[in-house]
Amino acid sequence: MSRDGPAPVYLGLPTAPRGVGHLRGTEPFPVAARRALGNSQLRRNLGRATATIRAKRAAVVSELPDWEQLRLAGQAIKTETMRHLDRYLEQLESQVAARGGVVHWARDAVEANRIVVDLVRAAGATEAVKVKSIVTDEIGLNEALAQAGIRALETDLAELIVQLGHDRPSHILVPAIHRNRAEIRDIFLREMGDADPGLTDSPAALTEAARLHLRRAFLSARVGISGANFAIAETGTLCVVESEGNGRMCLTLPDVLITVMGIEKVLPAWADLGVFMQLLPRSSTGERMNPYTSMWTGVTPGDGPQQFHLVLLDNGRTAALADPAGRSALHCIRCSACLNVCPVYERVGGHAYGSVYPGPIGAVLSPMLTGVEDNATLPYASSLCGACYQVCPVRIDIPSVLVHLRARHVEESHGRLPSPEAVTMAAASWVLARPARYQAGQRAGRLGRLASRDGRLRRLPPPLAGWTVARDAPAPPAQTFREWWRAHSAGEAGRAGGVFPPGRRSRGVPGGRPPGEAP
Amino acid sequence: MSARDEVLGRIRTAVGPDRDQDPAPAPGGYRTHAGLGTAQLLDQLAERLSDYRARVRRAEPGGLLDTVAGALAGRGARRLAVPPGLDLPGPLDGVQLVVDDGLPARELDGFDGVITGAAVAIAQTGTIILDGSAGQGRRALSLIPDYHLCLVQAAQVVGLVPEAVARLRPDRPLTWISGPSATSDIELDRVEGVHGPRTLEVILIGG
Repeated sequence: MSRDGPAPVYLGLPTAPRGVGHLRGTEPFPVAARRALGNSQLRRNLGRATATIRAKRAAVVSELPDWEQLRLAGQAIKTETMRHLDRYLEQLESQVAARGGVVHWARDAVEANRIVVDLVRAAGATEAVKVKSIVTDEIGLNEALAQAGIRALETDLAELIVQLGHDRPSHILVPAIHRNRAEIRDIFLREMGDADPGLTDSPAALTEAARLHLRRAFLSARVGISGANFAIAETGTLCVVESEGNGRMCLTLPDVLITVMGIEKVLPAWADLGVFMQLLPRSSTGERMNPYTSMWTGVTPGDGPQQFHLVLLDNGRTAALADPAGRSALHCIRCSACLNVCPVYERVGGHAYGSVYPGPIGAVLSPMLTGVEDNATLPYASSLCGACYQVCPVRIDIPSVLVHLRARHVEESHGRLPSPEAVTMAAASWVLARPARYQAGQRAGRLGRLASRDGRLRRLPPPLAGWTVARDAPAPPAQTFREWWRAHSAGEAGRAGGVFPPGRRSRGVPGGRPPGEAP
Repeated sequence: MSARDEVLGRIRTAVGPDRDQDPAPAPGGYRTHAGLGTAQLLDQLAERLSDYRARVRRAEPGGLLDTVAGALAGRGARRLAVPPGLDLPGPLDGVQLVVDDGLPARELDGFDGVITGAAVAIAQTGTIILDGSAGQGRRALSLIPDYHLCLVQAAQVVGLVPEAVARLRPDRPLTWISGPSATSDIELDRVEGVHGPRTLEVILIGG
């Protein structure tokens, strides 16, 4: 939600600023989710995509007898990294500088954008080729470059589809998964400028059109811009994993390379890649290894860009780090495995989360970067089923962090108007305090049957309306348990040996399950 | 205060007393050796490369030239770029090899392909890794031509990813290659050959 005024501060540390970048949606999650659920094309695409990637991931993970040990190692390495993050960043800085790179520090999105714009201008370029990078989307870099008269050309196929379609990514790994081939063909014909009018909608033909469209740009590019998957403190090595080769083009052919990296992406030691280069590809695309990975350390004479700039970005990460119960969200390696197993993400897609970080990890990471106040509905965008935790390659306990952020949200909203939840709880305590009030309440609730459809209530009246924003409520039963008991106990009381409290009712009550009791 | 000092100061505030703990030792428990013999490693590498749609040929050192010639003939490649330091055991009939001395990218785009060696290959994942040293060339060389023929020696093949990481030199520019370039960005349909070489062919030598 874009609001006025400065962004919230958490324990004295500034969160990501408002008004720049893409960490906040324009509407609460339940509203966006309700609309997304009405899009059957989106649900079909997402259902197919997530099921396919889930199966591929499961197959390649089951090949490794030591997968659990790798996850534990990944978690341990990340925990150690966060504990001494200052040291590792200083080490990374000195190693990159020793190999001819230049390191810049950015407190937030505004500062990072200004650094990159100045670097591109200093290179005398009006165009830059970009590797797919979520962090540059997080800070709104393309918009900042456009304002400075610099054209940023997305070169990942999906990012190109999103950029040409004036659209937003909907998945970390496959950002254009909400588009089908016919839509992509139309976008290419309309926006590319050099697409063959006879272009068909086969994926191979569309890919070929993108290859030709981008090849000219690669071969004449002066400036490349990337993110980073890993950076090794010990050696100063940067690492980008990809599939298409657009990354290699952007990292190799330009004269100047600018890499923007969140400070949490650093790893202590070179040997750590032996763990993460197994965890990431298998969790992400479900491959034993992704087609291409580039690693470089500073500048290599005669090979690749002869100027290298590394921009280290905070933008709310230190505020996330300040929360010991939530800082593990910074361990995320952006594999997207948690998206693909999430029953909520699978149905609503990435746009509903409003942030560049969607799905379960986004529901914890986004509020921590912006302050919970600015993404207050995201910690509730989960059924807490725990599937995300099971697949996370660095064992982030996302459900626990979600619950923690819900608590933070409640605590941080103290002192405002009482919430509908608080009003409801107060009313419930009054009703439940006396059996007569409870029975009267049950009879009154039965009126709800009049408004139900298929045994479900789509909307409850205030103050309960909040409950049904994202859920249906079951219609009240025609008969309460007490009424059912009175009707049946006349014949059964002797055999059952008296009335026992409903909470200790035996499963085998003669006459079947009482009405209104959940199976 | 500079942005650097401010961000580092924020980190120290955020982490708090946890900073005082000693650095944790590197975690272990995962496999660092496959425990396979050379023949098994080569078989697994060949299988995994093929699985990712690379073409694979096997050659004894004495038959390498014929195998290279066969691969190039099969591809119809007659003019290829090669890095300095690539030692083929003899000349190839009807094939022009141009040594890269910093050819412009546009010229590299005009070759039928490129022949390189490799630094390390990982059997478990079907990965070959180039480090830019003699016989492998700078990164652009193995990127721009549409066909990449890569020569891998048996002694360069390791079992697992951690073994490869231990062998590699971090100060060299590294390219890890697992099959030809590919995308699944349109309705998850896999399409091979986007920007990198659309055809990857590997010759495994010896074993």
